[in-house]
Amino acid sequence: MPTYRDDAVVLRTHKLGEADRIVILLSRQHGKIRAVAKGVRRTGSRFGSRLEPFMAVDAQFYIGRSLDIVQQAESIGAYGAEIAGDYPRYTAATAMVEAADRLTEHEAGTQHYLLLLGALRSLARAEHPSGLTLDSYLLRALSIAGWSPSFGDCAVTGAPGPHSAFVPQLGGVVADAVAPPGAVRLDAAALDLLGALLSGDWVAAEASDAGTRDRASGVVAAYTQFHLERALRSLPHVDRSGPVPPPSLVRAAEEALAEGSPV
Amino acid sequence: MYEGIVQDLIDELGRLPGIGPKSAQRIAFHILQTESFDTTRLARILTEVREKVRFCRICGNVSEEETCAICRDPRRDTSLICIVEEAKDVVAIERTREFRGVYHVLGGAISPIDGIGPDQLRIAQLLQRLADGSVTEVIIATDPNLEGEATATYLSRLLQQPGLRVTRLASGLPVGGDLEYADEVTLGRAFEGRRLVD
Ligand SMILES: [Zn+2]
Repeated sequence: MPTYRDDAVVLRTHKLGEADRIVILLSRQHGKIRAVAKGVRRTGSRFGSRLEPFMAVDAQFYIGRSLDIVQQAESIGAYGAEIAGDYPRYTAATAMVEAADRLTEHEAGTQHYLLLLGALRSLARAEHPSGLTLDSYLLRALSIAGWSPSFGDCAVTGAPGPHSAFVPQLGGVVADAVAPPGAVRLDAAALDLLGALLSGDWVAAEASDAGTRDRASGVVAAYTQFHLERALRSLPHVDRSGPVPPPSLVRAAEEALAEGSPV
Repeated sequence: MYEGIVQDLIDELGRLPGIGPKSAQRIAFHILQTESFDTTRLARILTEVREKVRFCRICGNVSEEETCAICRDPRRDTSLICIVEEAKDVVAIERTREFRGVYHVLGGAISPIDGIGPDQLRIAQLLQRLADGSVTEVIIATDPNLEGEATATYLSRLLQQPGLRVTRLASGLPVGGDLEYADEVTLGRAFEGRRLVD
């Protein structure tokens, strides 16, 4: 049987028969892979633990008629335990893989794989508050899919910002001249946070307060839902109450000190 | 495709979990061709099981009465509750004969992607059972997979209360196996759960 090998992140799994699972993976080079993992639900399975959601693997597959078959899987990122060990991180990761699955229904390029891998690793290491990691992931994943939102200049006319009217259908903030009546209005702090999440400016993002994060996550949810047509089932379950990790700045300084380089 | 009722039977069997089209066909022909096969009895049990079996008012286990045999048994220690995902887990733990407490069946694990959060499980009922302070220990025995772990994480955070010991079933190496065959996650977990040898 012909085989292929690739790095991939497990998005989700479904039980199949007595002891097997169907595993849906997002891979670096082969797009989305649906494969059968045989015997993995038996305790003592050699690679069952590596084929759980949020795990990154280097795997070999047999090409099957309808579904491929996992022949081997080596772990390249065991993020499951750290993520499942913290409820806010678990719910954020679940929403991320659900979004990844939906956004790659037709086309799953390497960029989607790399973005998800980075976001799961960041969650597992608790680099940032999990709610911010999720929102940043969603904005960037939508951008890769071709729906990059604008939080500065008007998404319709290009008129330089700031603008306060936010309209998902028009692609972000829009100038008052084109804003439909009743459009959601965003304050400067929420717009700054959204811009920081989109560009990956973690120092600015983590400087935000809880109220601003709430407003921004509402905007991200609305924008995501508009583009995915159907709502993400995980999103209402996301727990944003987790412990707040130290700000990036502090950690960057600590890491620099640990490596002996000047800050 | 077969005609009429034979195909109907294959279709119905094929809708059961774990039974594919080939198995459904095999079972259907077994029923058709085996003279000693008592179809009346099977049909009666299928009807009765839906009529008679309900879920225990206290623990959520399957039961033919309002409360299950375990909850009714006066020898069971009601200060000790073992939390499991499904009724079949109760059966598995009962087989060990190690546990003398009572159970609480959640009805699944937290899986947001399937729309299952804490509110969709029997967690409120669990909190009710813990309210009077007579329970001193809960043992979380959810599955050792991702959803099971996340559910355990959620419960251990929720159940932080004075006078209540919260434990998690140890997970580790399968008995009868070789250490070298254990995968890194299982082996790591076994290290985490190591205990003092006395
Ligand atoms: Zn009971």
